[in-house]
Amino acid sequence: MATDIAISIAGLRVRRGKTEVLRGLTVDVPRGQVVGLLGPSGSGKTTLMRCVVGVQKTAGGTVTVLDAPAGSAGLRRRLGYVTQASSVYDDLTVRENLRYFARVLDAPASDVDRVIDETGLIDQAAQLTGSLSGGQRNRVSLAAALLGAPELLVLDEPTVGLDPVLRSELWALFHRLADAGTSLFVSSHVMDEATRCDRLLLLRDGEVIADDTPAGLLHATGAPDAEAAFLAIIHERESGGDTHGRHAAAGGTR
Amino acid sequence: MSPGRTAATAGRVLLQIRHDPRTIGLLVIVPSLLIGLVAWIFEDTPVFKEIGPAMIALFPFIVMFLVTSITTLRERRTGTLERLLAMPLGKGDFIVGYALAFGLLGLIQSAIAVSFAVWVCGLDISGSVWLLFAVAVADALLGTTLGLLASAFARTEFQAVQFMPALVFPQILLGGIFVPRDSMPDVLRVIGDWLPLSHAIDALNAVANGTHDDGWVWTRIAFLGAWIVGAVIVGALTLRRRTA
Repeated sequence: MATDIAISIAGLRVRRGKTEVLRGLTVDVPRGQVVGLLGPSGSGKTTLMRCVVGVQKTAGGTVTVLDAPAGSAGLRRRLGYVTQASSVYDDLTVRENLRYFARVLDAPASDVDRVIDETGLIDQAAQLTGSLSGGQRNRVSLAAALLGAPELLVLDEPTVGLDPVLRSELWALFHRLADAGTSLFVSSHVMDEATRCDRLLLLRDGEVIADDTPAGLLHATGAPDAEAAFLAIIHERESGGDTHGRHAAAGGTR
Repeated sequence: MSPGRTAATAGRVLLQIRHDPRTIGLLVIVPSLLIGLVAWIFEDTPVFKEIGPAMIALFPFIVMFLVTSITTLRERRTGTLERLLAMPLGKGDFIVGYALAFGLLGLIQSAIAVSFAVWVCGLDISGSVWLLFAVAVADALLGTTLGLLASAFARTEFQAVQFMPALVFPQILLGGIFVPRDSMPDVLRVIGDWLPLSHAIDALNAVANGTHDDGWVWTRIAFLGAWIVGAVIVGALTLRRRTA
């Protein structure tokens, strides 16, 4: 039975050396929505995403993705992942890159043209990926994740270095995908992207400090924008207040 | 593992190399140039006849090892390995795909090196040139797969380049090129007898000098084959989907 939860995380702990990057994190990500994972750099966003994809060694807790344990073999076809570094081959053309990944995924050959179109790379399709700009390379990486129409997309800072027009086009694409039933888990350290998400998770020092809709977050904190809301929540927590306690997920070490 | 994904990976690696003609040029001609240099150094002496076959074992082996020892590292650095391992690609698909692609290059390289040694440098071969070629190909494949194995262990460029002296030099020293293995201390002789490069050198010498029959040479090739298969299996096993 499919639940309406795309990602369910309970008591997740990740240790790197002596520091605990994620400290008993518990959160649910709904299906069919664009869920933003926001937080400053170093807050554990990438580590959390790697846990969801199943490539991160964990020190405890469970991660359930699309009703299966994260990293299980059956998920590898149902999940698309874009790392922060544009993980594509610089010495292949855009089309050659996508053709290879499509074959690995057993995706239909027609998918290559579809994702090239969706990411606006038609003019670059025959170019060597290494000759493209950073933003274009990121889009090749995104295009590869769209191959095979996965049910869940895990995107680690997919809009870094893009001009505003492209960025807004990509967010429109994300929402089109969500409308078609795809679940998206998108990280960003740019707070002004928060309002483009259906739902927000604010991550700080390996803990989820808020889990709400953008409107709900602004309303609860009375802040004018996500950045101010983030500050308000941090301030609230540090002064020991619990006014917005209902926003904090059941994370945190006990 | 799936044949389709293995073939796709091999094809992708070859496509990458095709975009880099200089690498192809270097791969194909460097071993031959080195063999030519050795032949020239010993022009008026009988030395090349003695060490020529060993040079056919040595140079392609080293070149293939060096090239492949950075491959996994390269994929790790750019994040493509993490992407692939999050996809339905088997670890075996990855390593065998690479082994096939570089094995093909090794085959071309060996063909040129053997032809160059025999027909340009005038290396005397008592046995069959085809058999010499078969040993040379097995030897280049051995360099390829040992390089892939080393590559799976390397976490940084500094580590990767040091696997060459660590894994290759002892095989050269104990292989019997400088000192016949029979006159080495017992411990070293026994170690040398188990190292794969020694068998490649022995086999090439045997074909060149006609000292053993074909069956004996094929046994050496089978021994190299066991090392090749072993290196691929261990290389695939050491790849981790989950990393810290």
